[in-house]
Parts: sequence; C-alpha cells; structure tokens
Amino acid sequence: MTAAQAAPRPLPAPGAWRGVAWAVRRDLRLALRSKAELGVQLLFYVIVATLVPLGVGPDSVLLRALGPGVLWVAALLASLLALPRLLAMDFADGTLEQMTLSPYPLPALISGKIAAHWLATGLPLVAVSPLLGLQFGLGGDELVVLALGLLLGTPTLSLIGAVGAALTLGLRNGALLALLVLPLYVPVLIFGAGAVDAVRTGLGAGAELSLLGAGLLGALVGAPLAAAAAARIAID
Amino acid sequence: MNWFRFASPASFYPLAGRLAPWFGGAAALFAAAGLYVGLVAAPTDATQGDAYRIIFVHVAAAWMSMFIYLVMAFWCAVSLMFNARLAAMMAQALAPTGALFTALALVTGALWGKPTWGTYWAWDARMTSELILLFLYFGYMALRQAIDEPRRADRASAVLALVGAVNVPIIYFSVKWWNTLHQGASVSLTSAPTMAAIMLTGMLLMALAAWFYSIAIALTRVRVIILERERHAGWVGEAALAARGAR
Amino acid sequence: MSVAEFVGMGGYGFYVWGSYAACVLAIAAEIVVVRSRFAAARRAGGGREPSA
Repeated sequence: MTAAQAAPRPLPAPGAWRGVAWAVRRDLRLALRSKAELGVQLLFYVIVATLVPLGVGPDSVLLRALGPGVLWVAALLASLLALPRLLAMDFADGTLEQMTLSPYPLPALISGKIAAHWLATGLPLVAVSPLLGLQFGLGGDELVVLALGLLLGTPTLSLIGAVGAALTLGLRNGALLALLVLPLYVPVLIFGAGAVDAVRTGLGAGAELSLLGAGLLGALVGAPLAAAAAARIAID
Repeated sequence: MNWFRFASPASFYPLAGRLAPWFGGAAALFAAAGLYVGLVAAPTDATQGDAYRIIFVHVAAAWMSMFIYLVMAFWCAVSLMFNARLAAMMAQALAPTGALFTALALVTGALWGKPTWGTYWAWDARMTSELILLFLYFGYMALRQAIDEPRRADRASAVLALVGAVNVPIIYFSVKWWNTLHQGASVSLTSAPTMAAIMLTGMLLMALAAWFYSIAIALTRVRVIILERERHAGWVGEAALAARGAR
Repeated sequence: MSVAEFVGMGGYGFYVWGSYAACVLAIAAEIVVVRSRFAAARRAGGGREPSA
C-alpha cells in the first residue's frame, strides 16, 4: 500500500449551513412538543396589550396615540419572557456542552436554535399584532407597518436576547436577563413604534423599516458569534 | 523598561499605590482652579443667569460617564484577547465610578433643566441616552455580582461590556431620532449659552479634575480588588522580604 | 460679587449649590467607601500585601 492509500482521508468538515438546518429542525420539533407553553407566551402578549386600556381608560384618541408604543413594549416583554427556553434546557441537561464539542460551528448551531425559537415565539406575535392593533383603533396602513416592523424586529430581539441568555446561563435571577437585554432593545423599539407613527403622520415608514432591516442584518452577523462566545464562557 | 512586568496583579499593586496619590493631588488642583473659574471668575450669563454655572460640573460628569465606559470596554477587550486577569480587574474597578458620574450627570442635568426650561426631566436625547448608559453600567455590575466564579465573571461581563459599547452609538442615534421625531423643531434642550472662552476654560479644568480623580480612585479600587481576589497568592515571602529590607 | 450674591446665585442658589453639593457628596462618599473597603481587605489578608 502506498502512503497515500494507507493514510485515512479526512471526512469533509460538516458545513455551517447543515449545522443551522439540524438545529432548526431539532428545536422546532422540541417546541412543537410544548405547544401549551408557547400558547401561554402568546397569551401573555395579548393580556399585557389588554391591560393598558384597562389602566388608562377607553378614550379612543388616547389609545390610538398609545397603541404602537404599547404593542411594541408588550412585544419586547413577551420576547424577554420566552428567552430562557432558548438555551437553559440544553444547558441544564448537558446538550449545550455537547454542541460546543460538535464538529458543527457553535455559532451555526446557535443561529439555528434562534431561528427555531423565533418561529415558535416571535412569528406568532407578528401574526396576532394586527388584531391587537384593531383594539387600539389603528388604521389599515398602520396595521401593515406594525406587522412589518414586528416581522423585522422580533428576530432581532431574539438574536440580541440570545446573547443575554448565553451570558446568564445557570444563574437563577430572571430579572438580570431583563436588565441586560432591555437597554439593547431600545433602538428596535424606537424604530418599530416610530414606523407606525411615521405612517400615521403621512411621512412614510421607509426610513424606520430600513433601519430595522439593517439592525436585523447586523444582529444576524454579530449575535450568534457573541452568543457562542458567551456560551463557551458559561460552560468552561 | 519591560512594561509587561506590571501585567501581573502582584507587581501592579505597589505601582498603583505609588501613582494614586499623584493623580489625586492633580485632581484636587484642577478642581480648585475649575471651581474658581466656574463659580467666581466666569461672568453671569445673559439668558440663563447664574443657573448656567451648573454646566461646569454637568458637562464634566457627562464626558467622564462616556469616557469611562469606553476605557472600561477597552480593558475588557484586552482581558479577553490576552486572557489577562489584571485588565479585567481594571474594568471592574472603573465601573462604579463610571456609574457614579452617569448618575451625577443625570442629577445635575435635572437641576439645570428646572430653572432653565421649567422641568426636571424633559426626555431629551442626551439625558435619555445617559439614563440608558446608567442601565448598561448597572447591567455590567449586576452580571459580575451574579456570577460566583471570578474568571467566568470577568469573561462574561467583558462580553457584555463590548456588546454594550458597540450598541451605545446605535442607542444614541435611535434616541436622537426618537427625540426629533416627537419634538419637532422646538427648543434644543442641549443648547448651552454661547461659550465665552473663560467658560470653556472652566469646563476643561473641571473635566481634567474629573479625569484625574477617576484614575486615582480606580487605581485605589483595583488595589482593593487585587487584595480581595488574590488572597490565596503567596505574598508572604514577598512581604517578609520587604519587612527584612525595611529593618 | 458680594457674599450674598454668591450664595444666592441670582435666585438659582438651590439648583447651582444643589448640583455642586451632590457632586462633592457623591465623590466624598466614594472615597470613603473605597478606603474602608481597602482597610478591610488589608485586615482580612493579615497585613500581607504584594510588594514586588
């Protein structure tokens, strides 16, 4: 046998995209097993949005003015509520540690988990928001921009939130995650709610929606790397 | 001279102890000069009266609050890149002072706002961004506190500080956007009286005082941190040697 | 400026002196806290310190 035949040929390294796909499939399957838990999170969004009119009164002018801000803040809080389930369970049973040892790049696996997490917890918010917007008396254009903004914004919230979740793995204080992540959510909130206000005043929401899109792209690139680094810090 | 010798906490400790009093002294001198200029020498402003004198402390506090965060983030980056304990300790030492200056910027800003624009808090872009910066400082300190193991706390809070540093310009930009969107072309709440040269001098002196003070207090605090964290390290030999040398 | 004018700060005395007092108090408090932590840390270490 020649030396070339004797030496085992290395297997092709598993690509990042296959890692993403694997993580998405796995996490979606897991998420679908706990539909009740996801339903509760969606219900939290609806309840919080309903609390505000109960708190400020049914004045339709006031509610129309408050609507975009309230729905966005409620989306932020609902997003925050759903975050721990992204990594905590895998951390607790050692799966996350296995992922750091896997040949798939950890950022790819985490991207997949975030994508599945968003599909299970963020996308429902987007779907329900027009209905809630009607409760606040928002018009057709405003509802469209609200939903579009949330469509661009909620993945960003999941991405940024994943970094916070990775930093606080294993720590018992749930409020700490909120303190870390909410200040970072502020730009998304401002541009998301601002988009609806812009359309309301006739200026058009192009700028705000573009900024939300840019933020999403930035988060797509940076967040999985930061979250992977943070996860390694927690595991080592 | 091999500066990397001071990268170990044990050798940096005495150096910090020797440097801190000098920075403290410089701070006191600049503060005395700045206070004189701000409270006595600078003339009363035509539009804002004597209330404008608050800017001498307000601007210094605001500048330091942002500068310290950047320096903190810098040391966090160094600590991650070189796995350096001392750099992480330096960041840990800077955070409380940065938070303090942020809080002072907010308080003095509110006290300046009331007589000048009629309200303690006006949700203007700079003050709102300062408030969010305060939350970022608190987040860093809270994360450090929550993690028991010191090296994990170092690394996790370093990642957080860097993520925060990247986001600060984005947050500021978005808050400015939000503010102009909702306020329109109303009075700019960030306008200071047109600056006479002496006013700029006063602000500069107070800023320098704040800067030297921050260095002095951070050097002292890092000595505390070194003592608290490196207690297990074998200094007994070194201290005994020093004692023998003193005799 | 007379002493009375200095204290009064053109009617804005509360705001101006409030601001300066807040800064002085905060910085003094920080110095006191750090120094007492330092003393406590030295005591806890039994007086041992690095002296490279």
